Amino acid sequence: MSHDTLRRPCPVRSAGPAPAAAARRRRHWTRRPNRLAGLGSVLWLAVVIVPIYAMITTSLTRQDEALGKNALTPPADPTLENYGTVLDNGFGHFLLNTALAAAAVVAIVLVLCVPLSYVAVRTRGFWSGAAFRLFLLGVAIPAQAVVIPLYLMIAKLNLYDSLLAVVLPTAAFAMPVSVLILTGTLRDISEEMYEAMALDGASPTRMLFQLVIPMAKGGISTVVVYAALQAWNGFLFPLIFTQSDGPRVLTLGLFNYVSQFGVNIPALLASVVLSGIPIFAVYLVARRALVGGLMGVGGK
Amino acid sequence: MSPSVTTRTKGGAGAGVRAGAGVRAGRPNAAWALPAVLFFGFFAVVPMALAFYLSFTKWNGLGDPQPAGLANWRKLLDDPRLTQSLTVTVLLTVVSWVFQTVVSLLLGVWAAGRQRNRAILSAVFFVPFLLSSTAISLLFYALLDPNFGLVRGDTLGSTSGAFLAIVFVGGWQFIPFHTLIYQGGARQIPEVLYQAAAMDGAGRCRQFLSITLPQLRNTATTSGVLMIVGSLTYFETVLILTQGGPGTDTAILPYLMYEAGFKNYDFGYASAVASFLVVAATALSLLLVRLTGFGAMRSTREGM
Repeated sequence: MSHDTLRRPCPVRSAGPAPAAAARRRRHWTRRPNRLAGLGSVLWLAVVIVPIYAMITTSLTRQDEALGKNALTPPADPTLENYGTVLDNGFGHFLLNTALAAAAVVAIVLVLCVPLSYVAVRTRGFWSGAAFRLFLLGVAIPAQAVVIPLYLMIAKLNLYDSLLAVVLPTAAFAMPVSVLILTGTLRDISEEMYEAMALDGASPTRMLFQLVIPMAKGGISTVVVYAALQAWNGFLFPLIFTQSDGPRVLTLGLFNYVSQFGVNIPALLASVVLSGIPIFAVYLVARRALVGGLMGVGGK
Repeated sequence: MSPSVTTRTKGGAGAGVRAGAGVRAGRPNAAWALPAVLFFGFFAVVPMALAFYLSFTKWNGLGDPQPAGLANWRKLLDDPRLTQSLTVTVLLTVVSWVFQTVVSLLLGVWAAGRQRNRAILSAVFFVPFLLSSTAISLLFYALLDPNFGLVRGDTLGSTSGAFLAIVFVGGWQFIPFHTLIYQGGARQIPEVLYQAAAMDGAGRCRQFLSITLPQLRNTATTSGVLMIVGSLTYFETVLILTQGGPGTDTAILPYLMYEAGFKNYDFGYASAVASFLVVAATALSLLLVRLTGFGAMRSTREGM
C-alpha cells in the first residue's frame, strides 16, 4: 500500500481504483469520536426538526383547537380537513403551473447556455470573452432591480398575466450562474480529447454533441437542478407579472392563501406541507442526483 | 462588422489546419454564443438601462412615462429612509453571511466524514432547502404569530426581533445548501495532508485550523459570493414576515422599491431606487470578481 501511495502523487482524489482500500486507510486515521461536533450536530438537528414538527402537527389540528394551543403538543383529534381546504382552493392547478414553468426554464437555460459555455471555453477571442464577462457581471444583477422596466416591457409585449411572463425572465436570470457552472465543467475536458476527435474529422458541432455534452453531464445536471429551483422558488416575477388564477404558480398561490385563509393558520401550514411533498418525493427518489447536482454549484 | 469577420477567418484557419495536418481541433464559431447573449441582453440588460431611463420620469404605471428631470433622484437622496434602508441591507447581508458561514462550515466539515450517522443526519439537515422561500417565510410567519405560535411574545414587533427573525429564516433555508458546498470542499482535501499532520503530532483542532480552513479557502469564496448575492433576494421573507416593519426598520432596498412602485404607484421614484440597487450590486459584483478571481479561466485540475 505504501508503495502504491508513493507512486501516485495524490492517491485519495483519484476516484476509480480500490475504494475499499481508501476507506480502510481512512478508518485507520479516524480516532476517537468528536464529541463537540456531535453535540453541535444534535443542536442543529433540533433547529431543523422543531419547526417542521410544529408545522406538521398544527396542520393536522382543527382550527378552533389550534388557537391558544402549544404548537408542539400533538392534536387531540387529528384531522385532514385543512388539507382538503387547500386542495379545494386551486393547489393542484398552481402546482401544475409551477411544474410547467420549471420545465420551460430548464429547457431554455440548457439550449442557450451550453453552446455559449462551449464557445467561452474553446474560442478565445474578443467576442467570446466579452460574452463570458457579460454573464459574469450578470451574476450580481438583482432581479428586483429590473422588475419595474420588465413590467413595462411585458405589458408592451402583451405577455402580462401569462405563464410566459414568468418563464422568460426567470430563465434569463438563471443563466449567469448556469454559465459559470458549465464553463467550470467544460474547462476540465482536455485538449487531447478534442484533438483525438479532430483526427476523426469531427466538426465543432459534432464535438459538441459527442464529446462536450457527454463529458459535461455533471455540470449539466447541476444546471438542471439549479434552474428548476429558480423556477420553484421564484416569487417576485409571478407576483408582479401575473394577476389571475390562470397562470398563478405555487409560491404566489401560497402567498395568496395568507389573506384567503386569514386566521386559519392550520390550513396555511397545510398548504406549506403540501408544497413540500412533491419535491420531497423527488428528494427521496433521486437524492444522490439532487445533492450531487447542488454540490456542483459550489464548484470544485 | 469587421470583428465578426475576424472570428470567422479564425474558425476557417482552424478547419484548414485540421484538413491539412490534423493537429489542431476546430473551434466553435463565436456566433454560437449569440442567442444566449441576445436573450439575456433583452431580459436583463435592456431592463437595466430602462430602469435608469424611468428614474428620470414620472409614471404611475398607466399611460406613458413623463419626463421629470432629476426630481426622483433629488427625492431619493433626501429620503431618510434610503440611509436607513441601505444600513439595514448591509447589516442583513453581513450578519447573514457570518451566521451562515460559521454554521455551514462546521456542519459541512462534520458531514464530510463518511460515518453512517453523519450521512443520515446530513440527509435530514437538507430538508429545509426543499421548501421554497415563500413556504419557509409562511411557516415562520405562522410559528412567530404572537396569538398562536411556537414563540410566545411579539418577536416581529420589535426591531431587533424582526431583524434576527429574517436572518434566522434566511439561514434556516440556505444553510443546508452551503453545508453541502462545504461538505464537497472538505471531501476534496487530500487525505495525505491529514496523515502527515497526524504524524507530526497535530491534534484535531490544529488540523482543522492549519489544514481544513486554508484548504477550504476557495470553497468559502464561492459560498460567500453566493450568500452575499443571495441575501439581496430576501425580498419575500421581508414581504411576508415583517412587511418592512416595525415601521420601516426592516425595509431592505428591494422592499423600499416594491413599496414605492407597487403600493404607492410612484414608478419613477421606484426606478431611482432600482437604479441605485443596480449600481450597488454591480459595484459589489465587480469587487467580488476582482477579490476572488472568480472569472479566471482556470481549472483546479490544471498543473496536477
